[in-house]
Amino acid sequence: MELFHISGGSGSRRGRRIAAVAALAASVALVATGCAGSGDATSTDSAGGDSPGSIVFLPKQLNNPYTDVVLGGGDTAAGEIGFSASTLGPLEASASAQVPFIEQATQEGANVIVIAANDPDAVGPSLKQAREAGAKIVAFDSDTNPDFRDVFVSQVVAKDVGLVQLEMISKQLGAEGGDIAILSATATATNQNEWIKYIEDELASNPDYANINLVTTVYGDDDADKSFKEAQGLLQSYPNLKGIISPTTVGIAAAAKYLSTSDYKGKVALTGLGLPNEMREFVKDGTVTEFALWDPAQLGYVAAYAGQALLDGTITGAEGDTFTAGDLGEKTVGADGIIVVGPPTKFNADNIDDYDF
Amino acid sequence: MSETLIDTSAAPKRGLPRWLRGNDAIIFAVLLVVILVSCISVKNFASTLTVGFLLIQIVPIILIAMPMALVIISGEIDLSVASTAGLTSAVMGVLWRDSGLDIGIVIVLCLLVGVAAGAFNGFLITTLGLPSLAVTIGTLALYRGLALVVIGDGKVSNFPTWLTDLSTAKIGATGIPVVMILVLVVIAFFGVLLHFTPFGRGLYALGFSKEAATFVGIRVGHAKFWLFVATGLVSSLVGVYWTLRFASAGPDNATGIELSVIAAVLLGGVSIFGGKGTIPGVVAGVLLIGTLTYALRLAKVPETTLTIVTGALLVISVVGPSLTGWIRERIRLARVRREVQRLSTSGHISA
Repeated sequence: MELFHISGGSGSRRGRRIAAVAALAASVALVATGCAGSGDATSTDSAGGDSPGSIVFLPKQLNNPYTDVVLGGGDTAAGEIGFSASTLGPLEASASAQVPFIEQATQEGANVIVIAANDPDAVGPSLKQAREAGAKIVAFDSDTNPDFRDVFVSQVVAKDVGLVQLEMISKQLGAEGGDIAILSATATATNQNEWIKYIEDELASNPDYANINLVTTVYGDDDADKSFKEAQGLLQSYPNLKGIISPTTVGIAAAAKYLSTSDYKGKVALTGLGLPNEMREFVKDGTVTEFALWDPAQLGYVAAYAGQALLDGTITGAEGDTFTAGDLGEKTVGADGIIVVGPPTKFNADNIDDYDF
Repeated sequence: MSETLIDTSAAPKRGLPRWLRGNDAIIFAVLLVVILVSCISVKNFASTLTVGFLLIQIVPIILIAMPMALVIISGEIDLSVASTAGLTSAVMGVLWRDSGLDIGIVIVLCLLVGVAAGAFNGFLITTLGLPSLAVTIGTLALYRGLALVVIGDGKVSNFPTWLTDLSTAKIGATGIPVVMILVLVVIAFFGVLLHFTPFGRGLYALGFSKEAATFVGIRVGHAKFWLFVATGLVSSLVGVYWTLRFASAGPDNATGIELSVIAAVLLGGVSIFGGKGTIPGVVAGVLLIGTLTYALRLAKVPETTLTIVTGALLVISVVGPSLTGWIRERIRLARVRREVQRLSTSGHISA
């Protein structure tokens, strides 16, 4: 009887041990594969050896086409500087999802953290910890609360966006000027209305534009079909129209599509803000001479150089500090620690093939 | 003879205390191995920073996992926990911004919001007898919607700095967050409630069979109602903590953590069918999923791979116990058959 008892007990204990060993083996395998992957990643990352520091990019979320272009610029700059660069981020752009990644960057001892904040305040406490651990914080694309970062790199200022469009239409109309119209997004679009206001103010105040006459502003609601019809309507209602400004990527593409198939092709100037990939055919067929947009890659590029300047003490984030951002030349820190990348990039037949976004 | 056989399988084992045997022991062992392997092979893992960051990251999960374990053991489920936390956060933001009340009173009012949210779930489930899955899917949307109504898409962030600092403060140089004291109190409360009170034991009975539980005198409706009030209260506590930790009250706070909580609870050995599970197991489950995620992230495993790993772990944790149970039963039956055969041939069976 007693013998039976013992053998039963050890038997079930053995079963349990087998299960435990299997579970351990599985988890070891899991962790080991994870580490193998990491080994590769770190060896390529820190190939420099005596790297001047490490930079971590924290976009709002990973796998976003716009983000990829921005980070491409950041990687280029990091490569030029010699930073070991890595990108961390959540798969979804929720308010607090970035925090574990900030903490991870802190733990890895990142020298520079470049972040596009999903929530200006939610990232605050963890950025504070990162700074206490010695990291410099550069916000880009979307600012954090100014208390939590050293500088904010902004793509453009609204005034520049407005003025560059006016400048282009003026150049394309030539000395005689003429009537122009604006094809905007929705009537309530904050960005577009701000740019249009700068255009109107400049037309009223700058004598260089005295012969340009803004006849109307119409709204295509950022809908390709509606924008197409609005463009059509403009040319019917204003037969003397010489130019159209469309400060929205949907609007300019729709207007270009209409013009390219109409008699007005090459006679009515069209400019505004457009995506190179959408506008390429219209630039090549002569419908559009020149349009503009900011180059997202420059944003990441300047942000990385701002990080370097903070790290080596060239700038502290105070107003008036200047630093050199690689190929893009000297940048100045403005009020509230804001660095502006620069005026929008102009795209024409000469350079449009250099851009892919 | 047959009596002896039954005795053998159910005989108490000497050595380890009861809660450290079986599934709990396996989870703890896996957790230890993950920690050890991470310390050795993951760069930067072995540091006090890890303790602080890791513990703070799992605070919301481990808090809600406690009452959630009790709810699942009793055969129910509560999917509205994250939305309750979000609603609490929204109410907290608006009260702090507009009412001018002391932050202490604001927090107490917020906890009452959680109690009310839980009581509403409890009322629908016990008094009206509706299934908890359906009810809490409904309130998951309802409470999140209310959060949007309360605060709109705005954010409130100007909470007292001493309080937001406290939410991430560490105890001396240990790296252990101060908030872990609160967490330990909550764990101890639910641990004692489940394992050392008649109410807690009744929950196991409830999970196995509602009818049987009623027959032996357990007030089924009463027990369930208070369980949902408990999840509501703890969820609102998490809502308050979340708001302070991120210094930001918004309607989207804590979105989606109900699934992380349930995953950790199941990984901790609680049966989704009810009637099985322990608080130490759940604590180990939360720590395991938290540590593994943290270590893999630090090892630069891409996020997409990470979700696959945690998903696979969950499937294994659900399939594992029933599979090992089946194998164990097969082994036992085979052995019994062998023993019976041996004993009968040697003649001992006649005794």
